[in-house]
Amino acid sequence: MAGNIKIKAKAEGGETTVRALMTHPMETGLRKDKKTGEVIPAHFITEVTCKWKGKVVMTALWSGGISQNPYLAYKFKGGAAGDEVELTWIDNKGETETATDKIA
Amino acid sequence: MIDAKRRILLKGSLAAGAVGVAVGAGLLAPRVVLAAWPEAAFHATDIKTALKSLLGVEAGEAGGDITIKAPEIAENGAVVQVSVDSTLPGVKRMIIVAEGNQNPLIASFDLGEDALPSVTTRIKMNKTANVQALVQTADKTYTASKEVKVTIGGCGG
Repeated sequence: MAGNIKIKAKAEGGETTVRALMTHPMETGLRKDKKTGEVIPAHFITEVTCKWKGKVVMTALWSGGISQNPYLAYKFKGGAAGDEVELTWIDNKGETETATDKIA
Repeated sequence: MIDAKRRILLKGSLAAGAVGVAVGAGLLAPRVVLAAWPEAAFHATDIKTALKSLLGVEAGEAGGDITIKAPEIAENGAVVQVSVDSTLPGVKRMIIVAEGNQNPLIASFDLGEDALPSVTTRIKMNKTANVQALVQTADKTYTASKEVKVTIGGCGG
């Protein structure tokens, strides 16, 4: 699963903006398979932790109501070129993925 | 007296046994059970229950400075980009609710001290409805909403 998060961080005017695109089916557990009529089991990201220089900036708690292949953008005060930002997601099955970027 | 205690002991061990079996069978991944994910709020089918469970209040107050950016018309309800911004000081949490969804609570963003009250994500919308944003500060919860017309619902199979 490695390498499936695209993350870009950019500092401007004393603020850093981070944009990330994850790869995930985000199944709600409410949909039914059209052919079999069986419920498709829930499989979605429940928590996204965003860090700057190892410190948590934001934690996002999600339901299956977030779109497939989730997009997330957020901002924080400060941040200088070269600082590391990190994003980690964990889903309801306990699968997890992490990506980092250096602020541009 | 002895009998009563014996009953309690039996009940207790039965309950513990059931959880143990569930974990063992992989029905409950231990990691998921331990996470702080607010299950009751996310599984609630009405907004009041979801907010009460998550924030302790059933609704936010109008009047806070909250800006919601979302399309007037979303052709595909499966992908609706929503931005929430606020100029309120000391924002601790931002919440996105899709009022027409089966489970209306979509996301809760817990902001650390360095975070700015500005988030963007893409959500699923079942039908034309208000997108509600709530912003929680140290002592208050504010709300704002914006209607998004959905051409094709994004939750069905």
